[in-house]
Amino acid sequence: MTDSLEEFLIARRGTGRPLLVPYVTAGVTPGWTDVVHAYADAGADAVELGFPFSDPMLDGVTIQEASDRAIAAGTTVRGILEEVATLDVDVPLIAMTYSNLVVQQSAAEFCAALTASGLRGLIVPDSPLEEVGELADAAAAEGLDLVLLAAPSSSRARLREITERSRGFVYAVTRMGTTGERGEIPEQAARLGRELKELTDRPVLFGFGVSNQAQAAELAGHADGVVVASALMRKLLDGARPRELGEYVASIRRALGQGVR
Amino acid sequence: MGEMSWSGRQGVTVPAAARAMSDPGAVGRFGTYGGRYVPESLIPACHEIEAAFREAWSDPEFRSRLDTLLTVYAGRPTPLTPAWRLSHELGITLFLKREDLAHTGSHKINNVIGQALLAHRMGKERLLAETGAGQHGVATATAAALLGLKATVFMGERDIERQELNVVRMNVLGAEVVPVTTGSRTLKDACNEAMRHWVSSVDDSYYCIGSVLGPHPYPWMVREFQRVIGEEARAQCAAELPVGVPDYVVACVGGGSNAAGTFAGFVDTTARLIGVEAEGGAAATFGRVGVLHGVRSLVLQDEDGQVTEAHSVAAGLDYPGIGPEHAHLRDGGRARYETVNDEEVVQALLCLARTEGILAALESSHAVAWVIRAAKSGEIAPGSTVMLTLSGRGDKDIASIKELL
Repeated sequence: MTDSLEEFLIARRGTGRPLLVPYVTAGVTPGWTDVVHAYADAGADAVELGFPFSDPMLDGVTIQEASDRAIAAGTTVRGILEEVATLDVDVPLIAMTYSNLVVQQSAAEFCAALTASGLRGLIVPDSPLEEVGELADAAAAEGLDLVLLAAPSSSRARLREITERSRGFVYAVTRMGTTGERGEIPEQAARLGRELKELTDRPVLFGFGVSNQAQAAELAGHADGVVVASALMRKLLDGARPRELGEYVASIRRALGQGVR
Repeated sequence: MGEMSWSGRQGVTVPAAARAMSDPGAVGRFGTYGGRYVPESLIPACHEIEAAFREAWSDPEFRSRLDTLLTVYAGRPTPLTPAWRLSHELGITLFLKREDLAHTGSHKINNVIGQALLAHRMGKERLLAETGAGQHGVATATAAALLGLKATVFMGERDIERQELNVVRMNVLGAEVVPVTTGSRTLKDACNEAMRHWVSSVDDSYYCIGSVLGPHPYPWMVREFQRVIGEEARAQCAAELPVGVPDYVVACVGGGSNAAGTFAGFVDTTARLIGVEAEGGAAATFGRVGVLHGVRSLVLQDEDGQVTEAHSVAAGLDYPGIGPEHAHLRDGGRARYETVNDEEVVQALLCLARTEGILAALESSHAVAWVIRAAKSGEIAPGSTVMLTLSGRGDKDIASIKELL
């Protein structure tokens, strides 16, 4: 399996299947890699792995709590990469972290370490277009897909540049706010999805506040799929086992539809 | 950068003095530091604030309104006071720039009046602020009341316990104080929470950052609003001193706003610029390159890149980073950063109180502590002139001081 993240997702989308990318904070529990397997077995199209940072500016309370727990347990980037290298899953893995963890070494070294462990994508939410140049070059050189975020507040011109420079998929932020479960889907999400689909053929996935099966299905209707993070991490922090998390992902999968495999 | 150069004390070539501490441009860079490391959601807000500030700062009407408020409301210009007895004791000539006499008791008011006027001009209804010791929160609540704006101040739960009096002050001034219960429950977490809240309320809220930190244009804008300290002090020194310029210019540094404003007035002179950090929060001395709260600078962190907590007797210096321009001034050798420990700080506070009858804030007492140490060790040569910015008054610290005595 040597497809890039983007090639893999485009192929999956080609079967008529809405894309589903669940998230787990690496190191949040000793058995977190079992969660990755459970997600893959439950029909995930890729899995997002959070590399915990002490000051996760764009995350709400749930992911901050998960990050704090992982850091308190001694989780490090090196440790995560060693565990990732041992994983045997048939879907791409994507790292999500903050700039401070990236700048601990050169961008080239960081990206090389990720690909060496088998990761195929990277999301750094506090590295917008203005600051992403060196990292984007380093990721491209390594064949690592650097996913950029698009927000409801982004101008049309910025959305165009984001869709041009993002790799893997375009991460559409549903709302002006942090990650975390929410009651309803704002109208601005549908508008953002529509604009992005006009601008690009790259997969467009919604994230932030995808709290249940119905919301996932609704959002997937405005784009190519969804990222589900806080809803899963809340269950994990409340004691859910990998098998139960897998069942929940499977229920979202059913709500989204399977496509023709 | 430029063809002209200035040779620092260690023989390091730094950018032309005339260009130091100027406009960092659209990218907001001070050398390799600065920038705008915020989520895409906040980028339009940063652009909007930068454009509004550039426009306001070149608008004589805005400048005139700000000057008027600083004069008739905040009490500027603040005096330059000769520290007669302490000077005699140390064998130097020491002048104190009295920001402790400004309204609300510290230099913080200079910045918040500027930003509140800008927010008002932009049509925003609410000021958001983070606060550690509570001084910036009080100043923000004050400026909000003055201009008829709402204020929401984020404050770590632990700081709320330590600085109860300032919480009451903010409430009396009509501000809402939101306790922050995440992470270490101190200033850095209050910053995280303020930024999170800003993302979700950016249409009607303005984030009023309290120091030379955060994404561009904040480090530059806050320095410009604090520049008044340095410009007044420079003119006052010119009037008081035979040579016109002091040998040393000294200020305490947490994030570094009073120091940035002070240094801006002297960066193109021969004065040696000294920033004094708390030993337990000395990002310029012990920090490594990192990205925190939207800016690339020097950050206290562990070997894995997790940000560590700062510890100081002065809550206002409990920040694990430093303004990007200070990092740049340090690298170029134009400014030097020193540390003092809590014990020296408390002794300096007592010394200034008893020799001059001035009760300085624990933060400001860091600058005093270094001057005392350096004058006694001979590092500051006898007969030298020293201009020290006394950033705030110590009334807020009385409870802590009582415990320390």
